[in-house]
Amino acid sequence: MTFTTTPIPVTEEAPVVAAPAKSSRLVAWLILAGGVLYFLIPLGATFWWSLRAEKDVLGFEAYRRLFEDSRFWPSLTESVVNAVAAIILSLLIIVPTAYWVTLRIPKLRPVVEFITLLPFVIPAVVLVFGLIRLYGRPPLLLTSTYGSSRVILICAYAALSFPYMFRSVDNGLRAMDVRSLTEAAQSLGAGWPTIMRRVIFPNLRVALLSGALLTFAIVIGELTVALFMAQQTFGPYMANLTRSKVYEPSAMAIVAFGITWFAMGMIALITRPGKRR
Amino acid sequence: MGGARRPPRFRLGRYLGVLPFFVFSGLFLIGPLLILVYRSLEGPDGGLTVDNYRSLSDPNVLAAYGMSIRISLTTALIGGLVGFLLAWAVSMGGLPRSIRSGLTTFSGVASNFAGVPLAAAFIFTLGRIGVITALFEAIGIDLYGSGFTLYSFWGLTLVYIYFQVPLMVLVLLPALDGLKKDWREAAENLGATPRQYWRRVALPVLLPSILGTMILLFGNAFGAHATAYALTGGLLPLATLLIGQQISGDVLNNPGLGYAVAVGMVLIMAAAILLYSVLQRRSERWLG
Repeated sequence: MTFTTTPIPVTEEAPVVAAPAKSSRLVAWLILAGGVLYFLIPLGATFWWSLRAEKDVLGFEAYRRLFEDSRFWPSLTESVVNAVAAIILSLLIIVPTAYWVTLRIPKLRPVVEFITLLPFVIPAVVLVFGLIRLYGRPPLLLTSTYGSSRVILICAYAALSFPYMFRSVDNGLRAMDVRSLTEAAQSLGAGWPTIMRRVIFPNLRVALLSGALLTFAIVIGELTVALFMAQQTFGPYMANLTRSKVYEPSAMAIVAFGITWFAMGMIALITRPGKRR
Repeated sequence: MGGARRPPRFRLGRYLGVLPFFVFSGLFLIGPLLILVYRSLEGPDGGLTVDNYRSLSDPNVLAAYGMSIRISLTTALIGGLVGFLLAWAVSMGGLPRSIRSGLTTFSGVASNFAGVPLAAAFIFTLGRIGVITALFEAIGIDLYGSGFTLYSFWGLTLVYIYFQVPLMVLVLLPALDGLKKDWREAAENLGATPRQYWRRVALPVLLPSILGTMILLFGNAFGAHATAYALTGGLLPLATLLIGQQISGDVLNNPGLGYAVAVGMVLIMAAAILLYSVLQRRSERWLG
């Protein structure tokens, strides 16, 4: 993971802008046109390549070959499972933490915020370097089997998701007046587990989902950590494919773009201002 | 105050909710970092030393750091400028609102579209077999013959900008929204031209935000590994690629130096993120 970030879209307020002059509107259109060209040309070119696997015909042959590649589905499935595991792990750790520092120990908030930012400070390649040196040598030797390395990979992904997850959950908690809700639940006789399960989690649905989807988008094609942990996940598979095949990588890039688009589109959908909340 | 009214029963219970977080962070974020710091300070004989940091002047290391910093600066500047212009265009350029939400969603996608697929997309566009390369050839311009290659400084810059611009747009849009209409009206009532308004009011208010976000972009490019790896393998000397090679096999012929290179990267990233948060806090005074 590079630390490509999407700040969690919180309620997006509609800015009221006075009608700008005609000339500045023209400039705005020109800037937009330039941006659209730069961003769409690589996608268009890749898509064009992905249709040309058969000689003299445009068709979806590259996609067919990609889907029939023996490593495609296994690596994708493995990455999906890893992503889901990392998301669950991250939620289980971050939700109580964010709740605790909001309500019970506000003094710890700066410390927690600082730690959740560490993944931005430690580049993925440095993190995996440290993980290998920490767990790959006696006495721990946790990187000696594929399965134990995979556990460490999932934990690393969960840690890498902390910045997004914490911000998302924290924003969600701020938006729902967690203190009053907790007091109301307590005065009705609810204990902490019940409060978490019946009050906090349901109210955080949007925040949790957007944090989860963002984590999914980042983890699904992650290359660096997986590569050095010798994991056969989707990222290393894609890197390998790019080097070894001609047409399939274009289909692969389009599919990967589709997955990212799906995750981000879902976030935009569920956080749309005016809906719920 | 619900939390305060309950008498604290025992200390551990009070910290129970945050305990897993600290243990987990210790194991998978802080621990790995500390072991690198420790090893970077360890001499060949096991004693503590700063020799490894002195060896950072090794030409291979300097070349890698230099290239990483140059690419990060260049893409932060270009990405920052283009991102600012785009954010301005959709927020106050008078474009339809649907374009703004379209750009926001697309930026979310593109800022996360780094790594292998992005590298592949540019290979199909500007690589030797790329569509644009072929188009140029068709009109008589031989890109690769004239010295351009995607696997170079400018090639990688062009690729990195693809995830830098959207990040700038995403972080800067809220800041632009924070510019209050009253300020513009007040400036106009006092006889200011739009140019004067931008130079004397809007830009000074936005400056910390713009600078801060550009520093964020710097860090974003500086720590990037996957895209460069997928694009060039190990062809380009970059700090992240050098660390990768050091993991696979001690290419520097000095394990201690490898650890120092990694810790050095973390220090540079930490400085960038710190500067970013200071500037962001500053900009909140007006735009918060």
